[in-house]
Amino acid sequence: MAAVVRRGGQGGLGGRAVPPRSGGSGGSPPRVNRATVWRWVVLILAGVYFLLPLWSALRFAGISAFGSVIGFAGFASSLWLSVKLAIITTLITIALMLPTAVYVHLRLPKVRRLLEGITILPIVIPPVVLIVGVLAIAPGFLKSSDLLLALEYVVLAMPFAYRSIDAGLRALDLKTITEASNSLGAGWTTTLWRVIMPNLRTALLSAVVLTVALVLGEYTMASLDLYQTFPVWIYVNSQTSGQVSVAASLLALFVTWLALMLITVLATRQSRRTGGGQVSLFTVTARQETRGN
Amino acid sequence: MAGVVPFGAYVTLGLLLPMVAVAVGAFQNNSGGFTLSNVNTATHGIYLHGFWQSIILSVLAAILPGIFGLLIAYAIFTAKRGNLLRQVAVTASGVFANFGGVPLAFLFIATLGSGGLATQWLTDLGFNPYNHGFSLYTLAGVVVVYMYFQIPLMVLIILPALEGLRPAWREAAENVGAGNFQYWRYVGGPVLLPSFLGCLLLLFGSSLSAYATAEALTNGAIPLTSIQIGSFLNGNVIAGQTNVGKALGLGMVVIIAIAMLIYVVLQRRAAKWLQ
Repeated sequence: MAAVVRRGGQGGLGGRAVPPRSGGSGGSPPRVNRATVWRWVVLILAGVYFLLPLWSALRFAGISAFGSVIGFAGFASSLWLSVKLAIITTLITIALMLPTAVYVHLRLPKVRRLLEGITILPIVIPPVVLIVGVLAIAPGFLKSSDLLLALEYVVLAMPFAYRSIDAGLRALDLKTITEASNSLGAGWTTTLWRVIMPNLRTALLSAVVLTVALVLGEYTMASLDLYQTFPVWIYVNSQTSGQVSVAASLLALFVTWLALMLITVLATRQSRRTGGGQVSLFTVTARQETRGN
Repeated sequence: MAGVVPFGAYVTLGLLLPMVAVAVGAFQNNSGGFTLSNVNTATHGIYLHGFWQSIILSVLAAILPGIFGLLIAYAIFTAKRGNLLRQVAVTASGVFANFGGVPLAFLFIATLGSGGLATQWLTDLGFNPYNHGFSLYTLAGVVVVYMYFQIPLMVLIILPALEGLRPAWREAAENVGAGNFQYWRYVGGPVLLPSFLGCLLLLFGSSLSAYATAEALTNGAIPLTSIQIGSFLNGNVIAGQTNVGKALGLGMVVIIAIAMLIYVVLQRRAAKWLQ
């Protein structure tokens, strides 16, 4: 997943390709109109493709199924397992990736590209292959524990977590603030905890959300490691009660989207207050950096 | 270097060693001796067929969503900044890109299954897709379903490349008299092409490793490598062949490695173009 780094206030990106919504007052009205029509055709077709299945599933499940989701056997325990895994994974991910990313940004800028390359690997290595290897070498005490899943989820979350944190770090004048902090007598830990982390709020938040979303939705590794996490429960349960399963997955989808939307809005508002640009999913404002190469 | 040791150790233990174990295991028999029979089995019969089906599926599920995703990304990109549409589209892409498995299968069974909503509508219009060779449980059906997470993924990864198209280039092209078509033919297209191909390769990898959706939808009707590997872990195999799963895994990694190699080359070209 790519990190988008944008500069604040780049209004007219795309130049003439951006047609004014209020009709063609420009030099060549026919082209402007055609572009607008074209855009709406694409967006409406996409809307149909993405919303129709949701609507069909909603009709299939029926409203009453949503009420009975919570009381279903295994719902609470599987959700709790998933939430527990999400918490452990997130803590380890941040504890591992944040100091590493900060260190590399400060001391080893040359290693940054290598780190980028390594952290993209979990996206391209199929989880089903990874779990085969993990189960082949994991020591017995880990194999019998759900901690193993959390440890592997950290690997799966790396691409998302690293990219979010990296984008955040690029937007900071890291060198100056750490030097300022050090000259005031702060050690490494204090600097990391009290200077860098507060400045990276948005980036960390986005890393956390993406990690949590990944863990709550992961099926392959959990099912092959024989743990009944929430997605595995949905699968198992679908054999007996399809409607409840559909209702549960629609709920999960909606809640995840709401959380992401909330974060985007909050982050945008925060960056507006501090004078930064706009924030989208993988974007954190980069005021000092010019866009492109 | 001390600062990267924990990360290095973690990646070594959690990612590299397991992959080495897969590679080594692919060449071991049950008692640990060297053998080529796993690789031999994995490259013949149903397993070879599985590789081909996986590759065909992944190519289709990379190119089609790649094109549609590019169009949608461009439509979003040309919308005004700070636009609600844009925020909704980008966050929704983040959610849908991670969507899959049984929930996704259910969504499409309810829509395009033989009794699905869209199927009924199309039948009322006089076109029952199931009478015209379409089925959700064939390769074509799986491609339609995969697009549900592949298109959003494409939108997310191609947007940065679109942002790299500089308005100055368009203005320069127009100053020398280029029309819309010529701009895309000689300026926008060539600049975008390497990153577009790079994105296609990521999509290829993503659909190659998809497991949950394929399992839920096809129930083994289409032989796909990821499902076959899973069945080795679930124990649904002949005794004495447990390491064939590792050979299949190695095969997938080799396919991905080739794809990655092409990706790296393309990225270099894209970087050169944009300098």
